[in-house]
Amino acid sequence: MKKFDAVKGLVLPLDRANVDTDFIIPKQFLKSIKRTGFGVNLFDEHRYLDKGEPDADNSKRPINEDFVLNKVRYANARILLTRENFGCGSSREHAPWALDDYGFRVILAPSFADIFFNNCFKNGLLPIVLDSKIIESLFAEVEAVPGFELSVDLEEQVIRMPDGGAINFEIEASRKHCLLNGLDDIGITLGDAELIRQFEDGWRATSPFYFTLK
Amino acid sequence: MSNKTLYDKLWNSHLVSQRDDGTALLYIDRHLIHEVTSPQAFEGLRLAGRTPWRADANFATPDHNIPTTKSERSQGLEGIKDPVSKIQVATLDENCKEFGILEMDMNDIRQGIVHVVGPEQGATLPGMTIVCGDSHTSTHGALGALAHGIGTSEVEHVLATQCLIARKAKNMLVRVDGQLKKGVTAKDIVLAIIGELGTAGGTGYTIEFGGEAIESLSIEGRMTVCNMAIEAGARAGLVACDTKTLDYIKGRPFAPSGDLWDKAASAWRGLKSDDGAIFDCVIELDAAEIDPQVTWGTSPEMVASVNGRIPFISEEVEKNKQANYEQALAYMGLKSGMAIGDIKLDCIFIGSCTNSRIEDLREAAAVVKGKQKAETVEVAMVVPGSGLVKQKAEEEGLDKIFIEAGLEWREPGCSMCLAMNADQLGAGKHCASTSNRNFEGRQGFGGRTHLVSPAMAAAAAIHGRFIDVSVL
Ligand code: SF4
Repeated sequence: MKKFDAVKGLVLPLDRANVDTDFIIPKQFLKSIKRTGFGVNLFDEHRYLDKGEPDADNSKRPINEDFVLNKVRYANARILLTRENFGCGSSREHAPWALDDYGFRVILAPSFADIFFNNCFKNGLLPIVLDSKIIESLFAEVEAVPGFELSVDLEEQVIRMPDGGAINFEIEASRKHCLLNGLDDIGITLGDAELIRQFEDGWRATSPFYFTLK
Repeated sequence: MSNKTLYDKLWNSHLVSQRDDGTALLYIDRHLIHEVTSPQAFEGLRLAGRTPWRADANFATPDHNIPTTKSERSQGLEGIKDPVSKIQVATLDENCKEFGILEMDMNDIRQGIVHVVGPEQGATLPGMTIVCGDSHTSTHGALGALAHGIGTSEVEHVLATQCLIARKAKNMLVRVDGQLKKGVTAKDIVLAIIGELGTAGGTGYTIEFGGEAIESLSIEGRMTVCNMAIEAGARAGLVACDTKTLDYIKGRPFAPSGDLWDKAASAWRGLKSDDGAIFDCVIELDAAEIDPQVTWGTSPEMVASVNGRIPFISEEVEKNKQANYEQALAYMGLKSGMAIGDIKLDCIFIGSCTNSRIEDLREAAAVVKGKQKAETVEVAMVVPGSGLVKQKAEEEGLDKIFIEAGLEWREPGCSMCLAMNADQLGAGKHCASTSNRNFEGRQGFGGRTHLVSPAMAAAAAIHGRFIDVSVL
């Protein structure tokens, strides 16, 4: 997993509650054998006017000009601002894969669906829960100020505003540690590589017959 | 004096570390791979710049998407018509090549259902820990190995670290004592067990199967039993290692030989629960009371004797299950109280990792020999579990027996067990199937599955309905 460094970037406002994983990435894209390449189909049913298919050439599809993702002023946004219960629905890990592949690194919302919230950390995304009043005021600022950027400092657990203001946020210590160091489950287990190697050497010595598949 | 169960012993011997949060790091000896649950795991490795911890612990074969007709199979990859399926199979080939993993690809005579191929090749050995991104990995427990299914993120974890993050399950013993009636098989035993336990009865446990009736089963029969441990909710099923186990393994391609064999055999002889072993739960069944079993609903626990009937739901089923049972009957197009023998069958499927080994095919062939498929049965197919099973069956002339009786003789793969390839059960059709899951739509959209043994499926092909093979 990639490390989460401080992020500075444009904020994209998705003004909608209960965005489910089918909204984030519709089910027909789950047939893919990859975990990358989902970015072009992020929010597919709202971003395009036709029905998306896994093999379609997305550059030729009709665009929904009204959908926020298609507005030029939010191009290349890194931070997603949204409403309650973001990521509800199925447990598909394709949802964080799609957000990540599109380029988002941080999601700000008053609340998240549980499984989605966990899946984000497994994939190097930072979901931040903020008080709904703060979310409300951020929506107002983003709309009022073209080019509105935030910088998110995970180490300090603070979001810095363009005007110098700061918003503190909470995160579980172990999750912070994993994100900062780019550790996923595999990364953590590999932290015990020496133990595994010792076990393996001993096992190979006592049970060499398990090491014969060539 | 020790009082450890076989599961305790297998767990302890593979424990790399116990973590504070209750999870443990378990060393994995063998990782079996197929095309459906592995692509994102390999992709994950690539993205993170990782390589397999020990490539030679892995072994792959495609099975779920593989076509089973001769004409399709003769074209290799090009014979797979669904482009998505084709890409999955091709991707497995490429990933195995890139990461140096042994693969029996679709053109290899050894290819087959991963749970048939592992034991057949001697890649499954007693005392191992075995995982695969497939829930029926429990099959391999029949050889005294700790084997269970895992998810895609765990597939990646095992590839990268040779370990699984696991929590220890509780111990359950299912004892089946006494002797089976003639014509009653391993499949009937396990269906009867699930009927007793329910589909969630084994949740949180590793089930060891023991007792006289289990000991007297062949290794292939034990695989049938362990295969369906997951249908009782247990991730792993086990049978103790005995001389039959050693005889089964000796001489297989990847089994140890020479001095290594002697060393292994002496270690494997101790792979059983101690006399005073403590189980959290013990269930006992009398083998003599088990009739051939038939499922009538959409969960393996909805099962009855071939001579029995569907329960009267409002009177005979626990209150909290009634709605579920009613829904199952509606899906199956059947009625409370109906005799099992009155269910009319449209299709017969003999195959899957539960029952597609040589003994299963012999059992089915013995029933259809010299007879003719009922006119009312539209399709009856026999799908061997691997290329080598197919070859052996042909050497014994079983293919001719099936073909002469009007059954189709197919190429190896998962086939209509889950209908991911072109072999699909039509909507509303009733199928006597030797597979392991009768969920809604499992064998094809709207299809109605009845789980049975190979002999029962074969008899159903001849009669168009279920008849008691124990009195044939
Ligand atoms: S035969 Fe059926 S249950 Fe077995 S691995 Fe294939 S699809 Fe799964």
